[in-house]
Amino acid sequence: MDLENQKRIKDLAETHGNENVVVVLGGAEAEASGLAAETVTAGDPTFAGPLAGVQLGLSVYHITEEAVKEVVNSDVYEEQVGMMEMVLPVEEIASEMSQFRG
Amino acid sequence: MSFAVVKAASYTLAHTPDFIPFGSTPTTAKARDDQEYFAALKNGLRSFDDVVNYPPNQCYVGNITPHQLGEVAQPWYQDAAAGERTGRYGDIMPQVEFYALLKASDAFDLVALTPEFIEVANPKLAAHPLLKRYTLDASKAMAATDMHAMLEAHKAEPLKMDGELVGIVKQAHDEDENLSAHIMLENLTVKATGVHAALCLEAQGVDLSEVEYIIECSEEACGDINQRGGGNFAKAIGEMIGCASATGSDLRGFCAAPAHSLIHAAALVKGGAFKSVLVVAGGAVAKLGMNSREHLAKDMPVLEDCLAGFAFLVTENDGVSPIVNTDIIGRLNVGAGSSPQAVTSALVSEPLNAVGRKITDIDRYSAEMQNPEITKPAGAGDVPEANFKMIAALAVKEGQLERKDLLSFVKNHGMPGFALTQGHIPSGVPYLGHGRDAIMNGEINSFMVIGKGSLFLGRMTNLFDGISTVVEKNPGVQEAAGFDKDEARRLVAQAMQDVAARLAE
Amino acid sequence: MLKDKKVVILGDRDGVPGPAIEECVKTAGADVVFSTTECFV
Repeated sequence: MDLENQKRIKDLAETHGNENVVVVLGGAEAEASGLAAETVTAGDPTFAGPLAGVQLGLSVYHITEEAVKEVVNSDVYEEQVGMMEMVLPVEEIASEMSQFRG
Repeated sequence: MSFAVVKAASYTLAHTPDFIPFGSTPTTAKARDDQEYFAALKNGLRSFDDVVNYPPNQCYVGNITPHQLGEVAQPWYQDAAAGERTGRYGDIMPQVEFYALLKASDAFDLVALTPEFIEVANPKLAAHPLLKRYTLDASKAMAATDMHAMLEAHKAEPLKMDGELVGIVKQAHDEDENLSAHIMLENLTVKATGVHAALCLEAQGVDLSEVEYIIECSEEACGDINQRGGGNFAKAIGEMIGCASATGSDLRGFCAAPAHSLIHAAALVKGGAFKSVLVVAGGAVAKLGMNSREHLAKDMPVLEDCLAGFAFLVTENDGVSPIVNTDIIGRLNVGAGSSPQAVTSALVSEPLNAVGRKITDIDRYSAEMQNPEITKPAGAGDVPEANFKMIAALAVKEGQLERKDLLSFVKNHGMPGFALTQGHIPSGVPYLGHGRDAIMNGEINSFMVIGKGSLFLGRMTNLFDGISTVVEKNPGVQEAAGFDKDEARRLVAQAMQDVAARLAE
Repeated sequence: MLKDKKVVILGDRDGVPGPAIEECVKTAGADVVFSTTECFV
């Protein structure tokens, strides 16, 4: 994950408390989404950024996951994300993401 | 007024392994003294032959079609068949020629080369059909020891061959960071690779002296402290390639700029301001090795090891070449929003609907043509395929395609990505050469060029950008308005009959 | 799940971009504190 973004997330988690912050991803691909999820939960697996060795344990979801879809207005969801559901490897992403939630 | 036509298109690469450290990712790694990365990088470099043989590169310069590329087993970087450096549309240049061209492009004595390098490079230039017009002046060579002094004082950037110092690019000003050695290196690279691309049009029979306007559409900015993006790479390139009758300017729009440029060029010609417009773009140093960290982690070679360029010529209607149908322009207006479906509707279905055509009427879509072998490990997925799926999904939504035919639409109306991730380079236009040929050969009638740009990277707006148009078969020479051949024949025949009738009276 | 949470959005140019995710999560009562879109191309 971009180092600047890692820094921003770290700061925001400090400001608002880890339990209050939720990260929502829009990645095009399962593995990369998983890496981003890992970074904000267990720490930066590439040990390159400010989150290296930092276990924030934030809640993290991909926008195409059922749990997110359920709480978003369905018309807005359809308008903003509907088409990408047909394009992205939704199931693969969901299974990758589930690994990073307790 | 008649539509403008795509007269020719060229595509070039310069293999620059020793330039990879100037890329954004390696620069960041250097700042962190990431020795592990640099050790891996060294082992991940490809030879010039590997770069030439690499199937997507063979497709880019025109030795194989995108369809043929699709039939080559992946991974493409393994066991590639032997290819030629020169193709129907362009040329793949080794680093020695690139450095020589960098010096030839230098108007301010900023590039210095060692005498040993010049001795090696001049015969290479002389042997190149397009570069033989340039010769390096051996009397202006600089000894490597003098170069080391400038490098140590941080007043220059090194030009290396296999790690050995053969030259430098000097800073153009002591204090102005806009003229630093690094920026001069980036900008001279745009100029040199742009020159290479434009010259390849000459090899296709284009007379560059007849060009009237040049649009340069890469992603760099040239200027000094008072006008950082002041510009005009266009005229700097034109000066080098014999466009004495042309003026020009630069057009910027992130990765969408080439698609914007195609439309600008077509409009300038159709509107009558200029008869012949050259669009040209050089390569982006910053993107060398951009995703190399991810590639190396997967034991892949560093695939972003080349600088890319392209050029294409848009002229008045010749009655034969494919037209740029500017009646169909997909535009992502400021108020359009940036959801993927809003973008796809604005760029594809809305402009087609406006002229009564369907998504399925367009034979090929050339969206963003990034090579998926580069983008997938980086987490961006298969970008062209995602674009074709979105277009197909839109066709399903609009009732023009059965849902079960979604994947066959992707296969039949799309193509595998074959362009380097050099930002603006993949933007729809890599297919202009292949698409032009496919139309001329009667394989297809039309294709849509789609460019998209991430404007938010400039931190001026959160907006996304995109623009599209259609290139299609030339309907043939249109007679001037008010003159219809058949009608004229009928009138002449009628008059003769009248005369004959009067004579008979 | 998102209601009254401080939401960080990491969109993707070639997946779902930040602003589109933002529109969605706002309807779930989230407070978006940071939204960005990554670009790998």
